[in-house]
This record gives sequence, C-alpha cells and structure tokens, in this order.
Amino acid sequence: MAMTITEKILASHAGKTSVAPGDNVWVDVDVLMTHDVCGPGTIGIFKKQFGQNARVWDAEKVVIIPDHYIFTADPHANRNIDIIREFAKEQKLPYYYDVGTENYKGVCHIALAQEGHNRPGEVLFGTDSHTCTSGAFGMFSTGIGNTDAAFILGTGKLWVKVPETMRFEWTGTFPPYIMAKDILLHVIGDIGCDGATYRTMEWAGDAVYNFSMEERMTLCNMAIEAGGKNAVIEADDVTYDYLKGRTDKKGTVHHSDPDAKYCFNKTYKADELEPVVAQPHSPDNRALARECKDVKLDRSYIGSCTGGKITDFIAAAEILNGEKVKIDTYIVPATVDVEQALRTETIDGKTLAQIFEDAGARIGEPSCAACLGGPKDTFGRTHGTEVVISTTNRNFPGRMGSKQSSVYLASPYTAAASALTGYVTDPREFIPARV
Amino acid sequence: MKKKIQGRAFVLGNNIDTDQIIPAEHLVYSLSDPEESKNYGKFALSGVPTEASGLPQGKIPFVDEGQYQSQFKIVIGGSNFGCGSSREHAPACMEIAGVQAVVAESYARIFYRNSIDGGFFIPLESKQPLANEIKTGDQLTIDLEAYTLTNETQNKTYPLNSLGEVIDIIEAGDIFEYARKSGLIPS
Repeated sequence: MAMTITEKILASHAGKTSVAPGDNVWVDVDVLMTHDVCGPGTIGIFKKQFGQNARVWDAEKVVIIPDHYIFTADPHANRNIDIIREFAKEQKLPYYYDVGTENYKGVCHIALAQEGHNRPGEVLFGTDSHTCTSGAFGMFSTGIGNTDAAFILGTGKLWVKVPETMRFEWTGTFPPYIMAKDILLHVIGDIGCDGATYRTMEWAGDAVYNFSMEERMTLCNMAIEAGGKNAVIEADDVTYDYLKGRTDKKGTVHHSDPDAKYCFNKTYKADELEPVVAQPHSPDNRALARECKDVKLDRSYIGSCTGGKITDFIAAAEILNGEKVKIDTYIVPATVDVEQALRTETIDGKTLAQIFEDAGARIGEPSCAACLGGPKDTFGRTHGTEVVISTTNRNFPGRMGSKQSSVYLASPYTAAASALTGYVTDPREFIPARV
Repeated sequence: MKKKIQGRAFVLGNNIDTDQIIPAEHLVYSLSDPEESKNYGKFALSGVPTEASGLPQGKIPFVDEGQYQSQFKIVIGGSNFGCGSSREHAPACMEIAGVQAVVAESYARIFYRNSIDGGFFIPLESKQPLANEIKTGDQLTIDLEAYTLTNETQNKTYPLNSLGEVIDIIEAGDIFEYARKSGLIPS
C-alpha cells in the first residue's frame, strides 16, 4: 500500500506493514522528552500510577531538558527544577541537562537537535507543543500532556491515531530576504489556526530541500500553530551532515510513495513570497510586512525555538550591523551553543554579540524567556500595553505576559529591520544589496 | 460515567488558547499536591481578555475573587478550543475549578486528548455554533445517551456529536484504567 513518510514511520513502530489515516495504533517510543514545566507533573503521575519505586521503561530513551523558567527567583519554579534533578538522579538518566552546570543546554527543541536526539525514522514524544520541530529530521514527533508522558515513562508505548497528510511543495528559489518564518506565517494565513488539526504537514520541493537544518526546524516548529499533529521533511544529505558527530545511530530514511494519498496537496512558487507578519492576536492573522508600516512598536524580541537559532541571529546581525535600534530590543539565544556562536560568528570582522551590543540591543541568557511570558521577572516579558514585534511562535492574548500587550510575529530579518525604525518594517529596505 | 451533566454555562469565543485557559506564569504549582493545586482552580480561564470573559455580556470572572471553584460547571466554546501549548495544566485547572464538560465546535487535538487521557472532564462537540445561542449563566443539561444539550433557561435543545471510539477511555476513567482493563498494563 502506498504510504507517506509519517504513515511509514508509524507503521514500523506499530509492528505493522501498513497503516492508514484514522487507524488507532500503539507505537513503540524511541525518545520521550520533558522539561521543567511539565516534568514534575509527569513524574507525579508516573509515581502514582506505577508506584513510588517504579523504574522508567528505558533510561537511555528519556531526555529531560530544563529550559522554561530558569533565570527567575520564583520559588515554585526553582522547586520544579529540584524535582526533575532528583528524578534524573534516582532513575540514573544519562540525558539530563542540569541548570547551573556546564551541561545546561537551553531550549529543548534546539537542544534535542544539537545533542543528537533527533534521528530520521524515529518516534519522539515531548511534553511541549513545539516538539513537532524535530520532524525536520524526517522523524515522527509530536507534543503530549503529562498523563500520556507518564504512560510512556512506564510502558514505552502510546496510542496514536494515524493522521492524514497535507503536502506543501515549494518550487523555485526563495528570495534572499525570505526566511522559513515567512513561509510558515504565509501558509498558516492560508489554512488558518486549525487548518492542519489532526494532520501532518509534510514540506517538500527543491526550495525546502535547499534549506539548512535550522531553517527546516523553523519550518516544522510552527505546525502546531496550524493545529498540526506533526510536521515532516524527508531526511537527506543535509540532515546527515548535521548529524555527524552528534549521534552514532543511523536512523532510517523514509520517502513518501509517489502515489501516497494526501488530503491536501498544494504547490507554491518560492520566488513570489514577500516578508510576512502575523498581526495580533492570532498566528493566522496574516499581512505583508509592508502593509503594516504604520504600526508603531515599543519592542523587538528575537529569540525562542522558532527564532533564536544561529541562522536567526546571523540574519538579525546583517541588518543591525553598524546601526542603532530605536526601540527596546531583546536578543535571547535558544541554547548555550547559540550563545557561544554569538561570540564566534563574525560579520565584517565583528562578532554577532558585538554588533548587537553596539546597536543598543540587550542580550539575555539562553532559555524560553518571554516567548511564553513566564514568571514576572522573566527577561523581555511584557507588563503593560507594549506593542512587540517578535520572532516567537504565538501571539494569542497574554502570550508574552500582559493581556494588554500586542504581538506581531515576524522573521528575524523583519524584527531586526523594525527595531531600527520603531515601526513594522519590510526588511528589503535594509538589505538592498541582496535584493 | 454519568449519563447527565447539569450546570450553569460559561460562554467563550473561538481560538481559546492554553495561555488564556491558564497563563504561563502560573504553571509553577504542583499538580499532585491537593492543597497547592487549588491555585490552578483560582487562575482557571484568567487569561481570557476581560471583555470576552463570559459572553455575550463579558467582564464576568470565571472564578470569583478568593475562590478556587467556579459557579459554572459547563464551558461553551467556539472553534479550535484549547489550541496552543501541550500543557496538561489547562484541562487540569478547569477540572480543579469544577468544570464537568466543555461543549465546543471543535478542539485543538492535544487539549482534546489530554482531557480524555487524563480523565479531567468530557469534551463534547456541538453540531452548530452555540456561543451565540447560549448566554453565560443559562442552566444547561447534557444528556450523554441521547447526545443532546438542553438550555433549560431558553427551553431549546441542540444535538451533539457522539464521542465515538474515545468513549472507552472516558468510561474507564483515564488512559491508565483503560490500559489496565484492556490488559496493556498489569492491574
């Protein structure tokens, strides 16, 4: 039977030769990831259901990455780190990336990739909706709640309804001012916040295959903002080049069959895309950046799993190089590796960190930070009626802290260009040489 | 599983995301400590913008100041209810506040799945938009055998979609009880 990548991965993990959309199957789990916000709840349920002395099904397959509420004085948040630390010790988990040690990584979805936990053909569940990011490696990955995660901790299995697949093919070449974020915001504007509910978003086409792993991760990261169960991009040489030195496991490369069934199949022309934003208060409230040029901003925020990777900061630095920001500008590297890259990557002989500091931006410590508001003392969190342009993933009311603030979602190019003018700005105004 | 659920309605609009259901700053409390977890009830639905809280009038707090339980046992939503984060604190906070059922046009899948697998409350789908029909405070009865919702205040009855295959998990109580009954994990 003809199958898509996602169907093939689920079939192989359910011990079946084939599956079809709508089938309920129990799959064997390769990796379970949790963090400081959902880990304590997951551990509580695991102990209640399987006993105080229960052992996890396979310590090698559990990854715990504290990343959400790290640099805060909130006593409950800090207590939660103690709970996951204690659990990792008790269960002898080799992949626990502790806060305050040189093993600390930062935002879980990026850390999973950097540490070699994303491998083609595998099944990964995580207690975070942006777990779909890992689909960039040609694997099945999706977000789950504490109960499902506790079930996996005890059994190594979970039931899954096989999703239908939507295929988004991009032909041609993206213009140099377009980033993966623009593509996502464009597509979510097309299909709406629930346009991919219960479905897989499969990205295809030469324009997509030309992307680096970081840009592919951005592309898969926001499937959840369209309601998607998972996103996937076929693994190829780009994938394996990234994996070199990060994991010894080979994984399995799956291809969608030419006659596989899709519930949606659309071809887009990459050359025609213009910089896009999502206006408040929904990721599907699409507009072109140039259409919002009169929107006055208070803040620009560049960070998170969606827009806080090395590629994202190189893009922002290209725009900010030698300029001064007109509004408060926050730079939050997703991980420690990204933070280090800010001090080693250079443009015109200056490091990215130097460029940001010279431009008047503030650099924070690697974590989720204000992407989701968080405790009151979180770096970059909104507290009033701020109008923010942000490279993060969600702009529902209150997402960045204050219910009264308004958030425009945009690419790092657009967020950086807007920082220089204080208004939503099409980045083409600042990168004429590349247009 | 109860065959009938009765209670007063709390009406919300479309795309009620998990940050509106439970703002991220509150995700620090323990869910397993019964006393500490009351904080989740206290802040349930506190992220909904004031004017959209308790439609059509708005400005109605879901939980009164100083309380952790709501006077509203049934939440009515529009499309894509529970979108956003995978945080199980979202269905959990609603249960702690006393919610027994949500009736929405459609759900975001992680929220729907969490509600069922965790056994927090019953997420039902209406066949038509109800957020413009029902007013916050109306007295409702859900019949889980006939799959209907009756607005006792307005004397109107609406059809609901059947729960389908997930009813086995709901009847068992949660995914663990379901797995024990099916022999997937030892009882």
